Amino acid sequence: MTTTAITDQGSATGARAGATTGNAPPARRLRRGPGTGGGPAGERTPRWQIYLPLGLYLLFTLVPFYWMLLFALRPAGSTSLVPWPATATHFDKVWNDLGFAVFFRNSLLVGVASLVMTTAVALAGGYALARFRFRGRNGFMLALLCSQFIPGALMLVPLFEIFRELALVNSLWSVVIAETVFQLPLSLILISGFIRNVPAELEEAAWVDGCGRFRAFCAVVLPLLRPGLIAVGSFAFVHSWNHFLFALMFLSSQEKYTIPVGLNYTIGAESVDLGALAAGGVVAAVPVVIVFAFIQKWLIAGFSAGAVKG
Amino acid sequence: MALAVAKEPRGTGRRRAGGPARLPYLLISPAVLLMLGFLAYPMISVLYYSLRHYNVTKPWRNGFAGLDNFSALLADDLFWQSLVFSAQWVGTEVSLQLALGLALALIVNQTFVGRGISRALVFSPWAVSGVLTTTIWMLLYNPSTGVSRYLADAGVGSYGTSVLSDPGTVFWAAVLAELWRGVPFFAILILADLQSIPRDLYEAASVDGAGRMRQFLHITLPHLKDAIVLSTLLRAVWEFNNVDLLYTLTGGGPAGATTTLPLYVANTGIHGHDFGYASALTTVAFVILLFCSILYLRLSKFGGDR
Repeated sequence: MTTTAITDQGSATGARAGATTGNAPPARRLRRGPGTGGGPAGERTPRWQIYLPLGLYLLFTLVPFYWMLLFALRPAGSTSLVPWPATATHFDKVWNDLGFAVFFRNSLLVGVASLVMTTAVALAGGYALARFRFRGRNGFMLALLCSQFIPGALMLVPLFEIFRELALVNSLWSVVIAETVFQLPLSLILISGFIRNVPAELEEAAWVDGCGRFRAFCAVVLPLLRPGLIAVGSFAFVHSWNHFLFALMFLSSQEKYTIPVGLNYTIGAESVDLGALAAGGVVAAVPVVIVFAFIQKWLIAGFSAGAVKG
Repeated sequence: MALAVAKEPRGTGRRRAGGPARLPYLLISPAVLLMLGFLAYPMISVLYYSLRHYNVTKPWRNGFAGLDNFSALLADDLFWQSLVFSAQWVGTEVSLQLALGLALALIVNQTFVGRGISRALVFSPWAVSGVLTTTIWMLLYNPSTGVSRYLADAGVGSYGTSVLSDPGTVFWAAVLAELWRGVPFFAILILADLQSIPRDLYEAASVDGAGRMRQFLHITLPHLKDAIVLSTLLRAVWEFNNVDLLYTLTGGGPAGATTTLPLYVANTGIHGHDFGYASALTTVAFVILLFCSILYLRLSKFGGDR
């Protein structure tokens, strides 16, 4: 009896709380800090029940990273488990001899270009989906969903032919376009969710003050969308920084390779230089892991505002 | 009153922006054009190729094939093997990732010293790619310098063990590597949803004398249901479609033991140059996934008015 009451109350207040969270300025939501969403109330969780599993999981997460750093920093032939004295020879080799300086620049270009394209196109489209009822809207939403089920690997042949027609094979643009297209459906769904969470009344109030739709959007909606945009943009960047198959298939000359492709060739080399491979891995990991460390708070806030509530 | 006032400027806003009818179409057109050109059109060409013999190494055979590709597919042991492995791979990965992700989210949702840094650290593999995951785990699995060597030094196991070339261990070796970067995805989505559960629910429940287990079963789980359904289906599709890790870690081997359907397609189309047959495989894969998408639509009631 009691339990049913709890569950009913749960869904009712849950929905209401979801709405209020959406309306609150994102900055406030981020600063909720400890206390909110803590575990069940009542007796405190015993500390060991937190630290023991967390410690084990941290070990699982960090040992692989440590192993890569170890190989990247210790001299070739060493079997020490501590990378000391450290050497920079592996980094020197991958960065200068194996061309990772060029791959790094290419990856950065692809990552930033797809971030900008994905976010801009999804922002415009997401606004239309969130604020207007128009003919074809439901059909488009259905297409967005179905597109989630098109495997990128399976589209390689026709995409390759399209890019050959457009004379974009072996151009970084082919990768940027392919990454953007495959990022778009999810980004559109996410951004339209974020925009729906910004009350239309706020925009209408700005119209009263004499703003046009565009100015009202920039002044009122955009600042509130910041966590959502960070989430979507970082998703697009990390995804295209990491993604391998399109770059592998569409880029043929070595000066166009992105980092994952460069890494793949290092893995497949006749005699694998494990130190160089590990150093290449560190070069590949550092930008995304740093980006991620900074944005993970926004990412969680962004998801709790938009994604899960669809 | 305020709302009534707000109605009128809405009209002017629309007029300035080019009329209420055209604006949404204008806004959505870049997305539609990109998706028509680079998703819909390629998808249709795949359907078209699947009905043709199309092999660049055997051009004399090229031409209309009818359903030949599809009947060949039904008799193809490798196709069935890859389909079974796909199911095994997706099932194992997704269920383990969900279980671990849920546990991890519940832990880092508590208040404790070092929570911020722990979250950043345990979620960090999410940012890591398939090829990078491969790089890292190849270093760990390396038979002469990897973890097994140090274990053998310490008297556990034997020297020269290569988990990636033994058909008995390669599956779990790949599963572990993929878990490493897949669990954070679930943990992040579930944590996001956990944070929207109002705290007073738990306080009310605890006043009523519900223990922590009952609070979890009757408040937390029902609240998380939608997030779990959504993220599980999304992740299942991604695990099915993702080729990066298996392509670079095992190459689908040894002896096809870790070939998923998309990997089989990539091998047939790109290395075997048999685009017609690869397209037929693609079509079948898409139909299977579309079935999942319908399930997804029904379960999440997506796209309707909330």
